[in-house]
Amino acid sequence: MTADPTRNLVELRDLKVAFDGVQVLHGIDLDVRRGEAIGLVGESGCGKSVTWLAALGLLPGKASITGSVRVDGDELLGAPRPVLERVRGKRIAMIFQDPSSSLNPVLRIGRQITEALAIHRGLAGDAAKAEALRLMDMVGIPDARRRFDLYSHEFSGGQCQRLMIAMALAGQPDLLVADEPTTALDATIQAQILDLLIELRAETGMATIFISHDLGAVSQVCERACVMYAGRIVEQGKIDALFDNPRHPYTRGLFDALPRLDGPRTRLVPIAGTVPNPRHLPEGCAFAPRCAHTGPDCLSERPQLRFNGVLGSLACHHPVGAAPVAAQPVLEPA
Amino acid sequence: MAGPILQAKDLVRTYEVRQGMFGRPSPVRAVDGISLTIMPGETLGIVGESGSGKSTLGRMLLGIDPAQAGEIAFDGQAMPKLGTPQWRALRAKMQLVYQDPLAALDRRLTISAQIAEPLAIHGLVPLEHRQTRVAELMSAVGLRPDQADRYPHELSGGQRQRAVIARALASRPKLLVCDEPVSALDVSIQAQVVNMLRDLQEENHIAMVFISHDLKVVRNIADRVAVMYLGRIVEEASSDVIFQSPLHPYTRALVSSVPVPGRPLKGRTILQGEPPNPANRPSGCAFHPRCPMATDICRTTAPPLRAISADRTAACHLVADSAEPVAA
Amino acid sequence: MLRFFLIRILRALVTILAVLTFAFVVLRMSGDPAQVMLGPDVPQESVDAFRHAWGLDQPLWIQYISYLKAIFTGDFGVSMRDKASALQLVIDRIPATLELTIPALLLKLVIGIPAGVYAALHRQSAVDRGVILAAIFGFTIPSFVMGLLLVLIFSIILGLLPSGGQDTWQHAILPILTMSIGGIGILARFSRSAMIEVMGQPYIRTASAKGMNWADVVWRHALPNAAVPIVTIVGFMVGSLIAGAVVVESIFSWPGIGRLLVVSVSNRDLAVVQCILLVIAAAMVVSNLIVDLMYGWLDPRLRSHSAH
Repeated sequence: MTADPTRNLVELRDLKVAFDGVQVLHGIDLDVRRGEAIGLVGESGCGKSVTWLAALGLLPGKASITGSVRVDGDELLGAPRPVLERVRGKRIAMIFQDPSSSLNPVLRIGRQITEALAIHRGLAGDAAKAEALRLMDMVGIPDARRRFDLYSHEFSGGQCQRLMIAMALAGQPDLLVADEPTTALDATIQAQILDLLIELRAETGMATIFISHDLGAVSQVCERACVMYAGRIVEQGKIDALFDNPRHPYTRGLFDALPRLDGPRTRLVPIAGTVPNPRHLPEGCAFAPRCAHTGPDCLSERPQLRFNGVLGSLACHHPVGAAPVAAQPVLEPA
Repeated sequence: MAGPILQAKDLVRTYEVRQGMFGRPSPVRAVDGISLTIMPGETLGIVGESGSGKSTLGRMLLGIDPAQAGEIAFDGQAMPKLGTPQWRALRAKMQLVYQDPLAALDRRLTISAQIAEPLAIHGLVPLEHRQTRVAELMSAVGLRPDQADRYPHELSGGQRQRAVIARALASRPKLLVCDEPVSALDVSIQAQVVNMLRDLQEENHIAMVFISHDLKVVRNIADRVAVMYLGRIVEEASSDVIFQSPLHPYTRALVSSVPVPGRPLKGRTILQGEPPNPANRPSGCAFHPRCPMATDICRTTAPPLRAISADRTAACHLVADSAEPVAA
Repeated sequence: MLRFFLIRILRALVTILAVLTFAFVVLRMSGDPAQVMLGPDVPQESVDAFRHAWGLDQPLWIQYISYLKAIFTGDFGVSMRDKASALQLVIDRIPATLELTIPALLLKLVIGIPAGVYAALHRQSAVDRGVILAAIFGFTIPSFVMGLLLVLIFSIILGLLPSGGQDTWQHAILPILTMSIGGIGILARFSRSAMIEVMGQPYIRTASAKGMNWADVVWRHALPNAAVPIVTIVGFMVGSLIAGAVVVESIFSWPGIGRLLVVSVSNRDLAVVQCILLVIAAAMVVSNLIVDLMYGWLDPRLRSHSAH
């Protein structure tokens, strides 16, 4: 099957999720091209993980999901279970925040990896084992042969995440969704895992969605990033542009709130207030109550996410920073 | 100038750890000979990865976790034994704030009742003035008066941590030990709580031990920083200096591993190997299996923590006596 | 490993000894066998002779020591009533009891566990509600009420099944149902909550995320994890295979060990009662030991010798 290389790998359109009638995701539009790495940034409850759990049908049954999720043009939402199962792990693989509890504690590690090989590549027996060992080696598990039959509790947290990645690679996916993959890990191990993700993408050419609250980690792994707030994307753009010149006051606020490891030790600049309760979202812009640039229009009318070519997109009536100027006509396809 | 508010000398804490259902319990040194001094009003940051013993050390400093060896003096007096009336009386002067505020709060009591609790326990404020004091404390930590009658589950994570801090401040402590107090909070809220802690500390002249794995937060709040590895301090210096020019190879790796927005990963030193297991301490310098510069002496002899220059110590064979970092 | 077993076995022996001691003391404090056996109107000399013959005229602690000595040599005493070996009397009755309790256990397992698992996977469904209701019945309705209820319905009103005796296989149906209905509810409830807990774990999401089909996720990834709490309850049920029959055998006049116990207690037939209690305690202790071993087999975290 040869897919059209210019076509988007994954297209999310107006993806909405509600739990027990409470809307938590308010219409996400996102295109993932082949091989690209996109960061999804935001604070807890902003919907960054829910977006991808919903796309893959991994949310509990009480979640109601609407919109469209297309993988190479095929619709996933509302598709029968077998269709979803062929996409999971094969087209789109996912790894999670807490690697130690994301591996089954009573099954041997080797078996958990070969299982994925059997499902997606029809490998069994010695062939499956050889391939599993190759994958374990690839993600940097030392002495893979001897540790093939061990259980997850016999590995450290960082190694468990490596094993999760090996399992994700088993189906040779086109897209790896990494949901806060380093949040539970120590700093030195976090750096190792980020390094591994970068390396693997370079080697395999798979696209990556990197979900994180850590702006630093996102900027190392990704080419572009979406900033999410209260169930919506509020700003999207290339990492450099987004980080050098954030236009949305929330994006700007996230940067300012971060303590720094260099420069003078100044007082932090927090964002006032707290994230709104999804049951009682403000009428206009969800960020307006915490925003220093709020105008009357922000309270009455929610700003739409406006697409601005390669410069990204933005949902704000009163952006901060300098408006970027596209000096050169853009040649590459957006 | 007054003497130190807290002085700890050669603290040791060993746990018996059983490995597996049939295993024999074996001793594990969580804290292995730590000495430190905290002056009134000063903030000491303690950083380290999981298994470094930093949380155990925090509890030991308050006498909650008794030391098997070593001494602690609080305000010039030897720390009384855990559970004695003297120790309980002293607890008003030293308080603990830890990561999970929901676990620290009693979910059946209102916020104001919890903040008033230490006032009653230590008999600090007469009953008729208690409500006023609670209101003062709540406003000091940025809680609204209408939140007084709320229960913990009705507040956000940041608000809960504010309530825990208000309760800790109720008895006007001289020392606050904070164990990862903002790690569970979102960035924007984290900045609010860090600023609040700094303000309260300055206003009330409280000394603070701030334990965290987050180097950026520690740098912002601490005057001095001690880096822990496998139960020992491997480097200690002022926070301005230690992150700018770390001496110990481990500190350098830690600093290097912090992702900075906009700076690519390439060119940073990524430490190889696993975080250390306290049950299986390497010979010599405990860091040598992961150290890119380890030599023979590192494998055999543990380097002592020694003064490198004024106000700066490090435990590494390869650090010269001048404050120059080890050549890579 | 060896150390672990020695400790467990030692603990088991202490438990059994405690049960024996307790039974020994209580039985002798609660009534005089001579009075019960011989009746109210016998002359004092006969009573004294009976007491002397059975050693009941000696101080309690001497009786206790000689009892323990006898037990360690494998002598469990003689029934005061039948003059037969107490142990033999008890052993003769065990098969009849197992005829009821083993089918009852199998029913509990075969219906209870699948019903609980199904309820967990289909919450709010009719089966789920049924399981919750059945569990409430199981916990609250005592077996003698359940037994009488079944007799009322099936024997008296419908006239379908016999209400007592051990003549045909139909006689076993009501006692087995009485014993299993509550247990089915309890086991279903435990299986349900164990399964709900497991299905919410991150590794189940991982299994789904790697494209595994739903049935495999449930059978290969969820069930082995839910097994640990289920085994605990099943172990308890196996342990009470013998003790659980006491009430039911009495209701249905089933000549098993439970009925022997009731009769022997009212006769103050000391050796027989003690022997039965010993068998019951031993069954409990052995099944506990098996459960502990099963834990290690089911959950590798409990058996590992060292972490890496």
